[in-house]
Amino acid sequence: MSAATFKGGIHPFEGKDLSKDLPTRVVLPKGDLVYPMSQHIGAPAKPVVAVGDRVLVGQRIGEANGFVSANICSSVSGKVKAIEKRLMVSGAMGEAVVIENDGEYTPVEGMGKERDYTKLTKEEIRQYVKDAGIVGMGGAGFPTHIKLTPKDENAIDYVLVNGAECEPYLTSDYRMMLEEPEKIVGGLKVILRLFDKAKGLICIEDNKPEAIEKLNSLVKGEERVEVKVLKTKYPQGAERQVIYAATGRSINSSMLPADAGCIVNNVDTVISIYMAVCKSTPLIRRIVTVTGEAVKTPQNFNVKTGTNYAELIEEAGGYISEPAKIVSGGPMMGMALFDINVPVTKTSSALLCLTKDGVAEQEPTACIRCGRCVEACPSKLVPQKMLEYAEKFDDEGFQRLYGMECYECGSCTYVCPARRRLTQAFKQTRRSILDSRRKK
Amino acid sequence: MSNLLNVSASPHVRSQVTTRTIMRDVAIALLPAAAFGVFNFGMKALITIVTCVAASVLSEYIYEKLLGKPITTSDYSAVVTGLLLAMNLPSSAPVWMSLIGSVFAIIVVKQLFGGLGQNFMNPALAARCFLLISFTGRMTDFAVDGMTGPTPLAALKAGESVDVAKMFLGTTQGTIGETSAVFLLIGAAYLFVRKVISFRIPCAYLAAFAVFALIFGGRGFDMNYLAAQLFGGGLMLGAFFMATDYVTSPITPMGQIVFGVVLGILTGIFRIFGGSAEGVSYAIIFSNLLVPLIEKVTIPTPFGIRKETGHAK
Repeated sequence: MSAATFKGGIHPFEGKDLSKDLPTRVVLPKGDLVYPMSQHIGAPAKPVVAVGDRVLVGQRIGEANGFVSANICSSVSGKVKAIEKRLMVSGAMGEAVVIENDGEYTPVEGMGKERDYTKLTKEEIRQYVKDAGIVGMGGAGFPTHIKLTPKDENAIDYVLVNGAECEPYLTSDYRMMLEEPEKIVGGLKVILRLFDKAKGLICIEDNKPEAIEKLNSLVKGEERVEVKVLKTKYPQGAERQVIYAATGRSINSSMLPADAGCIVNNVDTVISIYMAVCKSTPLIRRIVTVTGEAVKTPQNFNVKTGTNYAELIEEAGGYISEPAKIVSGGPMMGMALFDINVPVTKTSSALLCLTKDGVAEQEPTACIRCGRCVEACPSKLVPQKMLEYAEKFDDEGFQRLYGMECYECGSCTYVCPARRRLTQAFKQTRRSILDSRRKK
Repeated sequence: MSNLLNVSASPHVRSQVTTRTIMRDVAIALLPAAAFGVFNFGMKALITIVTCVAASVLSEYIYEKLLGKPITTSDYSAVVTGLLLAMNLPSSAPVWMSLIGSVFAIIVVKQLFGGLGQNFMNPALAARCFLLISFTGRMTDFAVDGMTGPTPLAALKAGESVDVAKMFLGTTQGTIGETSAVFLLIGAAYLFVRKVISFRIPCAYLAAFAVFALIFGGRGFDMNYLAAQLFGGGLMLGAFFMATDYVTSPITPMGQIVFGVVLGILTGIFRIFGGSAEGVSYAIIFSNLLVPLIEKVTIPTPFGIRKETGHAK
């Protein structure tokens, strides 16, 4: 059977060999832990502790504040040192709870207690997911309990586990598929319990044969679960692309996966669901790939959320050469950091230390209309023309070309031989359009 | 770690392919046919090639220098224009004609419209057509070193028989770079392998032209005639190297197929019903003008958008 995929996309340098073979190592934090109250899409959480309070591992320190919001739990035990504005990955300052670690890791009562999910009601499962503060760990950070509560749960035909991990350099999902595959299958079965008619598909790119084999052997005999092999291509793991490749259904920017009968969750999210529901453990750890040519020993770490990124660089043996650019996330959609003293959050997938800044090195030149951007666009847009409108600040023209269907995957910019900054211009234009829509 | 790091919006990596590597690949792909032209027509062909390339690059340099623009001669685009122009000239073309053609291609067709990416006609072909109109006699004088007689296409049009094998190899009359189908195909294969060009334009072009020639050529299903039409004149050079010029062809995949079909039909009309045996150059520059229209009607439907529902809400 040939691997399923979509039209368009690119084949960037994978860079996964750097970190894919070393086992994930647990890293304990050295300094204070910083928990931004905004680690998800939606309203920031509201701090529910006060300075001076003693907190335990797994204790709620931030409470979901609104419908689209998520709880935040402490990953250590210790004392609340401050509640103040701190620098976040985005480069902005945001409210955060700072906790001084006592190094004892005393859990809250009931944490780690085994639960049999088959004996839980659907409402209980959703409540446990919500309590645990689980959000989409693929990057977007959409609160998972909302995702698991579609309008019509009988309309859901597929529950997808997104293990494509198409971003270059990243191997955290891959390591989890090798090291904790039982939890992935377990988490998927928990979700399937919410959707009686749905089938579970674990979607993996064909550049991860060991992971495919491992999960295939685990789901043998499972009637409702299947491993779906996808072609290795960026952005195969984008929600719309993974749905299309696995089910043949397509959605646009104004639709939710549930509109096409699908629920999509990233590998690490599914593990977190399993841990929350079956092991009474909230989302307080994150697998982070620390990698790039500038790092001595690229590898994956099992990190407590709130840990300072700088500590991870030390754990990886420090730099072997001066990094030109440090990115939180992958090279295609990750966020460049100007200061690495920011905390690991629920959506931190990687810390990528590049020795070369491919962007600063090359100035844009004239567009030669080669059409590579058109071929690469997974949304079948015409980036070359969208850029003409974006540069003229013509929001109308941009939208006529369906510019809002762009999800900023960066493929057009990657392939552009004239080094034009397409994605960058689209980001700005899309923001300004969304802002003006909100004002109306 | 107090010193600030580089920041920019994603993506943070770029492919290795640049305008320069693409243009260099096109120049490399043209070399086999150009070299064969020198073998076929002798030193005069080499002089024409060198003159056109040098004059094109120099025109670009001087123009940009005088206007205080960034110098872009290192992107190989002027080299490609010069090489293509030379390959479209007869080997008997005097040096002054090569010079006029090069200056016209670079200054008038390319730079006056805004430089690379802004010209709406293929510069080399526009220059060729300019020369063809201005100096018709010299441009169609293919007599060199005792080799006289008409080009295979002219002979074909006159109803004479032609040697298709010789046309495939290229030991026939014609412009410097157009005669050898085999060496042009080798160059084209290189461009396919390097993913510089796609099959869409050349295949649609050749297929549409072949169908047109079969229907209107008046020879019925005569394979020899069809092969002669395909290998003769500027069709191979035009289909693979000039119709595929990025700047002057549609950017949309569907548009490229439409463009190729239009080219095939126009070339057929010009060759079979026109006064001259040739038609590729005019077909291409005429179709170049249709590109904005073709693009307008071939914008692809985005992923996940259903045509009948129209705009995403």
